Amino acid sequence: MLAVETITKRFGGLIAVNAASLKVNAGSITGLIGPNGAGKTTLFAVIAGFEKASEGRILFAGQDITAEPAHLRAQAGIARTFQIVQPFAGLSVVENIAVGAYLRHPARAEAQGRAREVASLVGLGAMLDQPASSLTVSGRKRLELARALATEPKLLLLDEVLAGLNPSEIRDMIPVIRQIRDQGVTILMVEHVMQAVMSLCEDIHVLAQGRIIAQGTPSEIAGDPAVIEAYLGQGAAKRLQRSAGMGENHA
Amino acid sequence: MSPSRAFAPALVLLLLAALIPVFVTANTVLNFIVFTLIIALAAQGWNLLGGLCGQFSFGHAAFFGSGAYAAALLQARYGVNAWAAFTAAIAFAALVGWIIGYLSFRSGLRGSYFALVTLAFAEVFRILANASAFTGGAAGTLIKLDIRPENFQFASRAAFVWIALALVGFTLLLTTAITRSRLGAWFAAVRENEDAARALGVDTLAVKLKAITLSAGITGAAGALYVQYYLYLDANIAYGSWISIEALIAPIIGGIGTPLGPIVGAVTLHGLGELTKLFAGGIPGIDLVIYGALLVAAIAFAPDGMMGLLQRLGRGKVTPNTTASTTTDAKTTGARTEGAA
Ligand SMILES: Nc1ncnc2c1ncn2[C@@H]1O[C@H](COP(=O)(O)OP(=O)(O)OP(=O)(O)O)[C@@H](O)[C@H]1O
Ligand SMILES: [Mg+2]
Repeated sequence: MLAVETITKRFGGLIAVNAASLKVNAGSITGLIGPNGAGKTTLFAVIAGFEKASEGRILFAGQDITAEPAHLRAQAGIARTFQIVQPFAGLSVVENIAVGAYLRHPARAEAQGRAREVASLVGLGAMLDQPASSLTVSGRKRLELARALATEPKLLLLDEVLAGLNPSEIRDMIPVIRQIRDQGVTILMVEHVMQAVMSLCEDIHVLAQGRIIAQGTPSEIAGDPAVIEAYLGQGAAKRLQRSAGMGENHA
Repeated sequence: MSPSRAFAPALVLLLLAALIPVFVTANTVLNFIVFTLIIALAAQGWNLLGGLCGQFSFGHAAFFGSGAYAAALLQARYGVNAWAAFTAAIAFAALVGWIIGYLSFRSGLRGSYFALVTLAFAEVFRILANASAFTGGAAGTLIKLDIRPENFQFASRAAFVWIALALVGFTLLLTTAITRSRLGAWFAAVRENEDAARALGVDTLAVKLKAITLSAGITGAAGALYVQYYLYLDANIAYGSWISIEALIAPIIGGIGTPLGPIVGAVTLHGLGELTKLFAGGIPGIDLVIYGALLVAAIAFAPDGMMGLLQRLGRGKVTPNTTASTTTDAKTTGARTEGAA
């Protein structure tokens, strides 16, 4: 569905993403994890067309979309959420979601109807007419998800939609994400909540300092010394192994 | 809100206004009404771009003047029929809007940069029109007096009241229809957050170009109507900052982003202006003092303008907005939601 081919993104002298390649299979939930500042959000921005790649190609459904502007990628079926939420603060919840729904439903009644459906799917059904600015952190995260979903994407890029939620809210959201995939939407998610990544993702890519350092199933990743070192610092894997293989818990 | 409820107040208001010339025949009153409606129309144009789409212009004189000059010069220089000239003037102003929009939005100008660029365009046009022989230079341009309906000239001012009302009414319905459509949702999305809009598939450049083209056409119609009514034009009238200011203050006073806001604002401003002239007599500049005072009052007590104030009064929440948080609250519960809800 999505192929990222040796993408590099430089900001002046800083290399945020360094020759990263990854594949997302149709119908999968694929994870992208890595320490803070690894370049995950930057890579998302490049995939969604918000930042221009310095080098490399992006293929979506076999098409080279590297030069396409963001709104055309959305029309082609790539939707993203923002790690730092970007609500239309002056609009109500349902109006926010309707902007997404209008992409496939030009008529107002259909767009609003679709927006209501999506709102109840992500648990915003009771807040339709509230101003978006009045939502809590968890409400705003749900709104990000709802708006993106309302565009009826083929590929959904989720950037830390669980960050800032409490454990019970996270437990509520995990089945919602699974349900979205079951309706046929392929998902690529950046997430720090490991419990969610491990239970949702079939395939995980690990980014550290702009490079993809590992790829595999959740259990492969959890046992990968390179991954543990990336998170905990050099030599950590060895130290952990010595202190009776606690690697899996930490990863 | 059902369609009939969304459009009904506007239609009732228009019909009532259309009856005024039947009962009032004093020229000063009709004069006042026509002038106020011309301002309201110019302000409706500004509101479409600034209020709905969030792109604040300080230079709507560029469109008002282009419409006015096109209407005047097509008649005075080329002998084009007045009605045809009027239609062409609207198209010309819209084109000027598209070009200014393309140049500034293409290069990513936003916020105060966009505002300053529009101001610069209006000023350049003013200087050029003042210097060029084609526009009549500093002496200005006259349209030959020849009172016949086919010349868009009428013996009775009532005819102009009705034409101005029809244009304001049409624009009111258009604006209301836009706020209830996909284009209106896209305008609001661009106004609130351009990045989020792009992520949802909105072509923000195309949307802003639509807004400025429509906006310029409407304000250009106001300019063309102005010159058709007064039959005289010079660069300071056409491209002067007075009309840029009128066009933006009326929506701010009346209720920015609401379909009725520019009309309510223009009527309030000019109504109060006339009243003070009546009572304070010939104190020069007293109307400007009133404008300033009203603007300060509006920003302090009614950040959503008269429309927002009316809505809050209607709900019994008469507290003035003293803190930032109540301001955003009022904004979101009040005027902003009214169109699209
Ligand atoms: N627009 C920008 N200009 C300059 N540097 C940037 C820009 N955006 C990101 N960076 C830098 O690129 C690097 C990668 O940032 P990015 O936000 O992609 O990391 P991340 O993996 O998403 O981190 P986190 O887990 O904290 O969200 C960081 O060093 C960041 O400071
Ligand atoms: Mg990030």
